[in-house]
Amino acid sequence: MALTLFRGIQTRPFLPYPYGLFPRKHVLFYATMKSTQTQTATHEKEQPLLKVSSHTHSKRLDNVSKGYEAIIGIETHVQLYTLTKAFCSCPYSYGSQPNTTICPICMGLPGALPVLNSKVIEFAVKLGLALNCKLSLNSKFDRKQYFYPDLPKGYQISQFDIPIASGGFIDLDIPVEFGGGHRRFGITRVHMEEDAGKLLHTGNGSYSEVDLNRAGVPLLEIVSEPDMRTGIEAAEYAAELQRLVRFLGVSNGNMQEGSLRCDVNVSVRPIGQLEFGTKVEIKNLNSFSAISRAIDFEISRQVLLHNENQSIQIVQETRLWDEGAQKTVTMRKKEGLSDYRYFPEPDLPEVILGKEYIDSIRDSLPELPEMKRRRYEKMGLSMQDVLFLANDINVADFFDATIDKGADVKLAANWIMGDIAAYMKNEKLSINETKLIPQELAELIASIKGGTISGKIGKEILFEMLGKGGTVKGLIKEKDLVQIVDPVEIERMVDKVIAENPKQLEQYRGGRTKLQGYFAGQIMKLSKGKANPVLLNKILLEKLNAKS
Amino acid sequence: MLSSVQNPRFLLLHLPPKHLHFATTKAIHTSQTLALSPSTSPPVSQILTLRHSLLSRRSTAVELAEAYLARLRRTEPQLKSFLHVSENALKEAAEIDRRIERNEAVGPMAGVLVAVKDNICTADMPSTAGSRALEGYRPPFDATAVRKLRESGAIVIGKTNLDEFGMGSTTEGSAYQVTANPWDLSRVPGGSSGGSAAAVSARQCVVSLGSDTGGSVRQPASFCGVVGLKPTYGCVSRYGLVAYASSLDVIGCFGSSVTDTGILLHAISGHDRFDATSSKRQVPAFTSQFISKDLLESKPLKGLRVGIIRETIDDGVDPDVISSVCGAACHLEELGCIVTEVSLPSFSLGLPAYYILASSESSSNLSRYDGVRYGNQVVADELNSLYGNSRAKGFGSEVKMRILMGTYALSAGYYDAYYKRAQQVRTLIQKSFKEALDKNDILISPAAPSVAYKIGEKKNDPLAMYAGDIMTVNVNLAGLPALVLPCGFVEEESTSLPVGFQMIGAAFDEEKLLKVGHIFEQTLRGCNFVPPLVADDFPC
Ligand SMILES: [Zn+2]
Repeated sequence: MALTLFRGIQTRPFLPYPYGLFPRKHVLFYATMKSTQTQTATHEKEQPLLKVSSHTHSKRLDNVSKGYEAIIGIETHVQLYTLTKAFCSCPYSYGSQPNTTICPICMGLPGALPVLNSKVIEFAVKLGLALNCKLSLNSKFDRKQYFYPDLPKGYQISQFDIPIASGGFIDLDIPVEFGGGHRRFGITRVHMEEDAGKLLHTGNGSYSEVDLNRAGVPLLEIVSEPDMRTGIEAAEYAAELQRLVRFLGVSNGNMQEGSLRCDVNVSVRPIGQLEFGTKVEIKNLNSFSAISRAIDFEISRQVLLHNENQSIQIVQETRLWDEGAQKTVTMRKKEGLSDYRYFPEPDLPEVILGKEYIDSIRDSLPELPEMKRRRYEKMGLSMQDVLFLANDINVADFFDATIDKGADVKLAANWIMGDIAAYMKNEKLSINETKLIPQELAELIASIKGGTISGKIGKEILFEMLGKGGTVKGLIKEKDLVQIVDPVEIERMVDKVIAENPKQLEQYRGGRTKLQGYFAGQIMKLSKGKANPVLLNKILLEKLNAKS
Repeated sequence: MLSSVQNPRFLLLHLPPKHLHFATTKAIHTSQTLALSPSTSPPVSQILTLRHSLLSRRSTAVELAEAYLARLRRTEPQLKSFLHVSENALKEAAEIDRRIERNEAVGPMAGVLVAVKDNICTADMPSTAGSRALEGYRPPFDATAVRKLRESGAIVIGKTNLDEFGMGSTTEGSAYQVTANPWDLSRVPGGSSGGSAAAVSARQCVVSLGSDTGGSVRQPASFCGVVGLKPTYGCVSRYGLVAYASSLDVIGCFGSSVTDTGILLHAISGHDRFDATSSKRQVPAFTSQFISKDLLESKPLKGLRVGIIRETIDDGVDPDVISSVCGAACHLEELGCIVTEVSLPSFSLGLPAYYILASSESSSNLSRYDGVRYGNQVVADELNSLYGNSRAKGFGSEVKMRILMGTYALSAGYYDAYYKRAQQVRTLIQKSFKEALDKNDILISPAAPSVAYKIGEKKNDPLAMYAGDIMTVNVNLAGLPALVLPCGFVEEESTSLPVGFQMIGAAFDEEKLLKVGHIFEQTLRGCNFVPPLVADDFPC
């Protein structure tokens, strides 16, 4: 299966922090990691599950940050997968020509008014319930005011003091490679708001252009409690959120397109200290591994400053993750607290949720990742299998459907995680995009188990079905692939091969018994792989050892 | 400064009953010897007259439009009520004539020339809201109210002057021009819908749309001697109304008669899916129950409970205005109403609460005029100066002051003391209106504490100007409907200036207000609310 390699801080001797942090003897070690570095970001889309090839990195970090603990909280913006924007009837699709999906409302023209898309509420309630939150039966929208050219009204419609959902938690399992274990992280709040447009900076930088296609696209902002302690935990939190929004169908959760954006707050404090250290915000995290690496870099940077008695240099600021340089850099220092002058949005009525409405949504919730994982665990699958299968809703659905058709749980998991996953990775397809259907996978497993076909033939059929479709029965018939179990027929083939190889027979009988493999191979070839290997070998041995 | 009070003569001449406390104010219509203008007939609906002429083929829409346009051209140089006059009015009138000729159905407002306040969006005309910040701005859409008007056959004749973004009470706050009062060109028409009020008063159009955030329809209606209606919040869609204070703004109606005002309201009300605050209630046919004055019984309003708000006929209000309003109260009583005094203890809190809330919302609503998209963008090499300079150039001083006040009131650390407090006052005011309206069918008060004052008189005294809104702001805070009717005149410097009184109803009780207003207007004698400026070519 595909492994997304998680790597630690890339060593670049001219960078002050990592170089200063790690003793020289490790340079070689880090240098070897560099070669795989480029791989890391690219697999995220298909494969949000984080995998690491060694524990070494986190151990290094542990050494560096000995005596300190990091406090990590995440603010996530999820773009909702609604047909139209939050307050107007414009569609939104990522990558459209600039300013082609806009109208007077999302342009903020004078006199235009927002009208809430009810899907936004539905999706917010879904996610709120999935995050085990308390829902506010009576919430409202507020205006968050600031000036920026991508914000056409000069304020963002958001929710301030009464978010639609609050006080929840998310459960997840840390992959075995990272030490494993179950975690529960608190969710402070979930609130609804609208996205801003985008600034396009021209080549020579003398002016900027505004694209308002994204303005007014509905977002849910999910704020976590500061419950995470490592980059891995933070990345796994984000990955679980992505799974959740995809399972719920409220967002495509695509990080590259900005449908799921994470801003991370990191502070460190000496273990035992009660008050938090100075919080630094990190933006521009476009993948889970970027989240993890950026946080670990930032922890190291802050710990180093503490160790050098330079903690005064840790200031409240926003830092950007520089993917190329693998470090965080200052974007803007926060000068005092910004005052957004929130006040209730007078253009929109209050959001009132009825109990029946909430119940109907609760009843319609699909099985969520955590429930799936616990169910798979109970089926006796290993945690590695469980995490793989429950990672992608399509894979999970495929697996479940295969099991429903009576397939053996472990065998089905093996096929999916093995050859099918490899095929999906090579062809860059999702499991639904292959031509294989669960029923046929179940059939395939049954055919092998029942001896109709060999495992080898089974693989052949599998790839045929993945690429071109068809049924197991049909392919066996079409290609005449039924295993030969008739001893008479096998004996005939054995006789033929022995007769054609008198020299080898002589050598065998002269003591070179290894030649049995040669004979078996020739017979299998003659049978086009269909001969039952047990029978074949039994008959072959009898013939070879028979006194002439 | 004040000279004699000219009292209107009422249908039934009785002394006011003894139990009325307010009768102790200046004498009301007791002097029958006072010289009155020759007895005039009550106002006639221009819309119904015009419709009758059109459908009976007595005149064409083009002829009718030309008559109004001629008057507009003649009076406009003195009045300056319009910021823009449509070039298509006659073309649109000709289209109506063609339809009538082909015996096709025409809408209830067919051929009616409507002037539209320039803070209401029109796709074919500029919509500047009286601000340089929107100079040359042409919206790509019609406001819902305008769209509905056009769908009912009305012709938008032009865009009327206003105080910038509706912030003001004199129309002097326009970035473009100062509008004069048709009754006395040296006086203000009121504001902020001064252009729309003056245009109806001078019969430059049949009816007009204004907007009312704190009295911007009602006060100019009183100053110009026309009927002004502020509908219930949510009755008329705000879509396309350039926002000043969203929780208070409503589009309102001006007419020279209650019937016209009611027909106009009917044409523009109703739920709009583009305004989340618009009501889904069924719109009644406001004028269908109107009874011709010849068929009225002697006490047509028998049993109607009318409360006159004590706090509005108190110190600080022009005694002549009080006299006129009390006269109107007597008239209502003679029509059969039971008039009593009611007290709204929270009344005086309305003004500060209003200015905090309206300024707060406006500071937010006006953020979009940042020089990035409309108006004049000031060249700057840095974003903050682009914002700062574009806004400094785009906004007038009154607007800047309100943005500053609102920004301050919403700032961290001040929010609770100002905005939150004002919201609490608002709740209190809503409660006290509810109580008063549980005991009374309608409440009455002056529409403004004075008659129209001189241009420039209060320009440098914003607090005095703000104080002039005392009669009207409470109604916006409560979201209630109110109808202002001309009820008499005050003589100042040998000029007769109209006085209006305000009738406040329960939410969505426009039908009742209009019905009472119609009876009041039809039975009021001795008042001719056509200004001398146009009396010659607009015989009443
Ligand atoms: Zn739009």
